[in-house]
Amino acid sequence: MSFRPRITAFLCQWCGSKGADMAGTSRMKYPSTVTPIRVPCTGRIDLTHVLDALTKSDGVLIGGCYTPSNCHYKHGNYQALKRVELLKVFLKQMGVNPDRVRLEWIRASEGKKFAETIRSFTEQLEKLGPLKTQEEAMPE
Amino acid sequence: MERKSTERIGVFVCHCGRNIAETVDVERVTEEIGEHPSVVFSEHYDYMCSQPGQDMVRDAIKNHSLTSIVVAACSPTLHEKTFRDVVEKAGMNRYKCEIANIREQDSWVHTDKEEATAKALRITRSIVEKVRGNRELSPIEVDLHKRALIIGGGIAGMQASLDIANAGHQVVLVEREATIGGHVAKLAETFPTLDCASCILTPRMSEVANHPNIKLIVNAEVVDVEGYVGNFRVKILKKASYIDADACNLCAKCEGVCPENVLSGFDEYLSFRKAIYIPFPQAVPSTYTIDTEACLNPEGMKAVICSKCRDVCEADAINYDRSSEMIEEQAGVIVVATGYQLYAPENIGEYGAGKYPDIITSLQFERLLAPNGPTSGTPRRPSDGKIPKKLAFIHCAGSRDENHNDYCSSICCMYSSKQALLFHEHYPDSEIYNFYIDLRASGKNYEQFIKRVQDEGINYIRGKVSKIFEQDGKVTVFGIDTLKGERIEDQFDMAVLALSMVAPAGIRDLATKLGISYDDYGWISEEHPKLRPVETPTAGIFVAGVAHGPKDIQTTVAQASGAASKVLDMLSHDVITHLPTVARVERDACSACRLCVSVCPYSAITIEDGAASVNEALCEGGGLCAAICPSGAIELTNMTGIQMMSMIDAVSEEPR
Repeated sequence: MSFRPRITAFLCQWCGSKGADMAGTSRMKYPSTVTPIRVPCTGRIDLTHVLDALTKSDGVLIGGCYTPSNCHYKHGNYQALKRVELLKVFLKQMGVNPDRVRLEWIRASEGKKFAETIRSFTEQLEKLGPLKTQEEAMPE
Repeated sequence: MERKSTERIGVFVCHCGRNIAETVDVERVTEEIGEHPSVVFSEHYDYMCSQPGQDMVRDAIKNHSLTSIVVAACSPTLHEKTFRDVVEKAGMNRYKCEIANIREQDSWVHTDKEEATAKALRITRSIVEKVRGNRELSPIEVDLHKRALIIGGGIAGMQASLDIANAGHQVVLVEREATIGGHVAKLAETFPTLDCASCILTPRMSEVANHPNIKLIVNAEVVDVEGYVGNFRVKILKKASYIDADACNLCAKCEGVCPENVLSGFDEYLSFRKAIYIPFPQAVPSTYTIDTEACLNPEGMKAVICSKCRDVCEADAINYDRSSEMIEEQAGVIVVATGYQLYAPENIGEYGAGKYPDIITSLQFERLLAPNGPTSGTPRRPSDGKIPKKLAFIHCAGSRDENHNDYCSSICCMYSSKQALLFHEHYPDSEIYNFYIDLRASGKNYEQFIKRVQDEGINYIRGKVSKIFEQDGKVTVFGIDTLKGERIEDQFDMAVLALSMVAPAGIRDLATKLGISYDDYGWISEEHPKLRPVETPTAGIFVAGVAHGPKDIQTTVAQASGAASKVLDMLSHDVITHLPTVARVERDACSACRLCVSVCPYSAITIEDGAASVNEALCEGGGLCAAICPSGAIELTNMTGIQMMSMIDAVSEEPR
């Protein structure tokens, strides 16, 4: 059987999770590779959470409100953006492909974007295969 | 089934009819989750939210001494409150109830039953882990300013203001223009009853002006909003008013001597007014205004080159030395009633408005029909002042068109028909054509109104118009009659474009300041389309009228009264409750590094005696502080780091 990746998705309760709800309400289909964890805000997500999730799955999605100004907590999404950018540098240094962590801004109305994100992220992770440190193919 | 454990969690799996049960093996989920060490009871049922379902939850809490429950069902936005109310009645703390979303985020988006069942288990397990770490909480009570701020003084804002003020509460009404009244003030007559718009509106306007509970601030915009439900602090920039409204006696002498002529916005740029002007005779507040853009004195009266109006004013009401002021108001609740603007006709180049004089907008035609309009109610062509004999009304100009706005503007079929009828009543010999895609007349007595217009001999042609232009005083319309299957090329004296309603300029900025969301078009989003249509997701902020999306006057007024009733509900309490899921500090672990202070969006954290301290009334529970704290000293209640970690473990667990 081909490799089926597992994605842990941290979704903020105002945009990311509501975008996922919208995909459901619109009955859009996407792979069941993703399991959501609803958080108040993407700014609540600590890098240790992302790293922990990454060691237990193959990819991590963070879905929040659009920057710069749509965050329900004013700039929580900006905190998430800063942290994820930093984490990606760190992952690369550790020999982990930074594409395994994906940050997307998803509006409550963007069910389609949520479904498409899961589809494309799943495809990308299928190509990358299971997480193995030091052996990852790095993007140029 | 019941098992023995120290933790006593109950899990209730909903079938939602077939919505969940068709894709998720609910029996297996119930059985497997029942094996979780903390789960002592698990059950499934057709409709958990129904009365028997709720009874099942209530009875299980009592019979099995449950300490917390998880309902695996639809999105928490739908029934979290329902089930929290149920557990509270059964004597359990409402924060010991959590929802696992296995419908919107599982059964509705997957087709493989095996996969969807495994995912339902992962989701439910993660919520079981969360609820295990939840603390019992009681709501935080905060004081409430018994005052409402209404943004926008059109028919919606006026209605909401009057409803709230009549109930005995203070209202601050902020309007961007020099007068309240909004678009309705510009209309001639209103469908389907054809009552005169001024007769409906102007008495209401003076009621607003004279109401002891309403403080009216015109020429003003909300520039900053701080605080939270019950305690908003709002900064309002009031443009300099160079005229003392109380002193001005409307003698109009200033207008007589002012040398500057500009196009009148109230008349939709079909007539001229002076730089010192009153938008229309019944304007409220009833006073003249200086249009600083048009006045000869530059940059807000920085230099006085012309003082003709001041020299002639016998009431001594004009003072060039005044300046803009920043007004600060406190309010417990806010209603957004910012209305709409028309889609710019220049965006539809093929329809020629703005380029050719006799292709006009629907609001311009409305001004031509209005007795207080530029032609005193006799519609004349802007080009030569002649009364048109053959008229074309173009529906859906910019609406239901993926190149422009793909939504229906909801009122254009009706007002185009109304305008056609009003014109026809004046000039029964005229020839009138309505070009439409579909006729949408879903309001009360609307269909009968359309029938009446058709019976008057007004023609309706089904088909989209492709091009309009004017040559030698004739307006040519190209289109298609889809019922006859014929191409149309016909000449008219005048064409009227029923332009889309679009979100007004600045609404996105305002929404951002208020912390409320808007859709792709800029219309303000409601909390729930059916059950909470006037509430925004931000507590204490409501929406009324077209700010929420295109609608007619009837619906606007109904919605404004709806918003007012929600405001009155809130203002009827002495205190309001605030979510208790706030940040908490472990003082011993805190090193007072101030990272949390700098990251808190609400300035809710201060350093007190060498450790961080959270003002619970200000904390909104975003958890930014918890994520940034290097020592784990500050935690978000009911979403702690430990809870997050155990949820991550649960979602990563392999299926058996």
